[in-house]
Amino acid sequence: MTAIAEDIGSLQRQADRRRFLEPWLYLSPALILIFTVLIVPLVIGISYSFRKFSAFRSEYVGLGQYRAMLSDTVLHGALVNTLWWTVASLALQFFFGLGLALLLNRPFIGQRIVQGLVFLPWAVPIFLTGLTWSWLFNPVIGPLPHVFHAIGLQAEPVTILADPATAMWGPIIANVWFGIPFFAITLLAARKSIPSELYEAAAIDGASPWQQFTKVTLPFLAPTIAITVMLRTVWIATFADLIYVMTAGGPAGSTNTIATYIYVSAFKSLDKGYASAIAVLLLVLLIAYALIVIQMRRALLRDA
Amino acid sequence: MASVSLRSVHKKFGPITVLQSIDLDIEDGEFVVLVGPSGCGKSTLLRSIAGLETINGGEIHIGERQVNHVAPKDRDIAMVFQSYALYPHMDVRRNMGFSLNLRKSPTRMVVERVSAASTKLGLNSLLDRLPKQLSGGQRQRVAMGRAIVRNPQVFLFDEPLSNLDAKLRATMRTEIKALHQSLKTTAIYVTHDQVEAMTMANRIVVMSDGVIQQVGAPLELYDRPANIFVAGFIGSPTMNFFDAVIDGKQAGLADGSLLALPASAAVTEGQKVVIGIRPEHLHFTDTGIPGTVVVVEPLGMSTQVTLDAARERVTLLALERPVLAPGDRKHLTARPQDIHVFDRASGLRVN
Amino acid sequence: MPGQSRFQRIAGTIGVYGAIACYVVFALLPIYWTIKISVTPQDLLYSEGIRLWPSRMTLANYASVLEATDFPRYFLNSIIVSVATAVIVTAVASFAGYALSRFRFRGKALVSLVLLLTQTFPLVMVIPPIYRIMGQLGLTDNLYGLIIIYTAFNIAFATFLMQSFLDGVPKDLEEAAMIDGCTRFEALRRVILPLTLPGMGATVAFVFTAAWSELLFGLMLINSESQKTFSVGLLTFVGKFAVDWGQMMAASVLALIPVCLFFLFLQRYLVTGLTAGAVKG
Repeated sequence: MTAIAEDIGSLQRQADRRRFLEPWLYLSPALILIFTVLIVPLVIGISYSFRKFSAFRSEYVGLGQYRAMLSDTVLHGALVNTLWWTVASLALQFFFGLGLALLLNRPFIGQRIVQGLVFLPWAVPIFLTGLTWSWLFNPVIGPLPHVFHAIGLQAEPVTILADPATAMWGPIIANVWFGIPFFAITLLAARKSIPSELYEAAAIDGASPWQQFTKVTLPFLAPTIAITVMLRTVWIATFADLIYVMTAGGPAGSTNTIATYIYVSAFKSLDKGYASAIAVLLLVLLIAYALIVIQMRRALLRDA
Repeated sequence: MASVSLRSVHKKFGPITVLQSIDLDIEDGEFVVLVGPSGCGKSTLLRSIAGLETINGGEIHIGERQVNHVAPKDRDIAMVFQSYALYPHMDVRRNMGFSLNLRKSPTRMVVERVSAASTKLGLNSLLDRLPKQLSGGQRQRVAMGRAIVRNPQVFLFDEPLSNLDAKLRATMRTEIKALHQSLKTTAIYVTHDQVEAMTMANRIVVMSDGVIQQVGAPLELYDRPANIFVAGFIGSPTMNFFDAVIDGKQAGLADGSLLALPASAAVTEGQKVVIGIRPEHLHFTDTGIPGTVVVVEPLGMSTQVTLDAARERVTLLALERPVLAPGDRKHLTARPQDIHVFDRASGLRVN
Repeated sequence: MPGQSRFQRIAGTIGVYGAIACYVVFALLPIYWTIKISVTPQDLLYSEGIRLWPSRMTLANYASVLEATDFPRYFLNSIIVSVATAVIVTAVASFAGYALSRFRFRGKALVSLVLLLTQTFPLVMVIPPIYRIMGQLGLTDNLYGLIIIYTAFNIAFATFLMQSFLDGVPKDLEEAAMIDGCTRFEALRRVILPLTLPGMGATVAFVFTAAWSELLFGLMLINSESQKTFSVGLLTFVGKFAVDWGQMMAASVLALIPVCLFFLFLQRYLVTGLTAGAVKG
């Protein structure tokens, strides 16, 4: 009897161990890859920020790289540019995306085709987005300078990318073009999940279309809006490809953001330490941003 | 075919105990229904027998074999799921033959068994269809077919009829029962619908909070519920309950009226009890518990009358057609042998 | 809507169609213009100025891109990198998604959180160390290096994607299969896998698109002509031969073809993909 009991006990333990290990077995390839290619470099990157690199050696400099950032006027310019680039891109993407979502929500002739066409920019590779837009802004082969000239925005049909005062608009417009589908798709999905009875009830209660929008649509979309806007902010702020392709940060640093600056520093100059220190700064800023957003959300929830 | 026996089966999900020391013997060929409110553990118990949940203690035997650590596929059972769980990418024929094919049965035998089952269930014209091309009732039949093709030791049913409309449910109920009578395979059937339990079972197991409340034949449970929970759960419309205090050979109700008790009641003077009377056992009289008519619902065969009496909402089922209007004042009574007496503290039957 | 005048209704309809037309023009302008220049003969490019469509069409630009440049090589490299990445990521993510979808285990919330964080933290953070580490491992200037990096970067979102597809397969089916005689692995192979194939296809397509579009790591890690991916090749081409517009546009159109094909297939999965946080956003 005891022998049988022991047997069952060991079977039980074996089954328990198997149940415990099985999910980790399935997860392990993914976790190993993420750990070695993302987490380890992240930690190493933070350690780089305390070192100075030259051609063949590196030395520990403590907070030296961070002190260097204080007097780096290029970096200060890049901070301002990052803010401008992020806010302008995000606001335009969001409003046009919301508008598009609401337009696509009503049935109209040719809806399926239109939906495919307006979402297509999402699929275009970013380097192509950058290239095609800079060609559109090129007065030799592109139409836009001539259009701007014709409607009086520009005195001469020249590329806006060459003028420090207007250069940032180039990447922003390209970014908006590419980012509208993201907001349109997610907000359209959220809008479609609002039960139509709510609008019928609101209409019977005498709500105008505008009131239906502010009292029904917006409150229902709010959770989706909050999460997408937050994710997009982080994403746009760290997004270097478009600017790199279109202006490489120029002219005269007028489109240099922190992300492009890190890339150029890591890539072109030899000092990986300085690039890493800037990256840490960016990370800290983004964490601070995320914390503020979470706090705001909490405060709003408490009021509601 | 085989018996199933459970010995102090215990199951926890994290800190929550869902099955508490369950003991149950199911005989070979029996049709047992596990019934109880949602969350009572009946489905978990069924899934533990199937091997889809591992139990934390106790033993499960199917036939002579202890199956605690036997994989579901080796327990020789078949299960019909609430969602039917038909494989969407296989037609009806392949759905029904899947288990036999997995066991590498000879093709001829698979064809024979599938066609026998499909004839029995009237599925012959549907064999080449995919599940999505079937109606709810047809899917239910295919799920049944998939189970009987196996010719298993035990059938397990997990609320198989709850996704059907009322009329189909009644038809399928009869069919499942007829099927069981012809196959005589042990069946364990989980439902929250006490009508299903009453009509189909050889024996009913009433569960609540992970504990078996009572096991017995349907009418035994109906006529002699072991406690207040079973009394309230079995029967529709539900039994009427009155708080009462024992006063000699009678029970004093909340409004001061008295009710004669059955001779079998083992009670003491002043004991706090709950009196239970089924709606069909309440009658109108000239004296008795005074009540006010609230709603009259003619059901055709009978008339259901809702009254306020002895500070309770009371239901009365009359086979004759009383002429009543809301607000009418009437008196109610019941024969002593129709009265159920429960101890208020323990909830247990005392007569 | 009742209560509105006929005039208001017509004006509203015109407004809606007008707005939609504006969006369509805006969305298609860059793509249209690229195609237009790619088929414009060299001599008309400057003489005709800005016209909606050239008076003569030519495929000479495509021919010279395919015959006289390294673009076919770049194209092939990009296909190799993107297909390898997509296949590896989908396989790895299917297992991880299966674990997250079907098991309850301690540490699951933590795993999900880590995956979520790797999706949101700025990738530029790891550029300096990866550049150095890959150099030390000898994986610079080499397609394997790119495949490893792209794989790691796409796993988190692909896992969430696969998890949501697997969540769509009822657990009952697996249990029914296990009672019918399958082991867990057999149930996975015979029942779950056939039902998630469309989802796996979508994951492959998403990852392919993301890998095909990547530029910065490619630029940083690849130097030699023979290893360049399409994005890197096109950008260096632009740097060197900035005047051969026709060829650049023709090359760009070629780069668009695979992603547009995948886009057609992906349309019905866009919402699922974006909620899982497709890296590209």
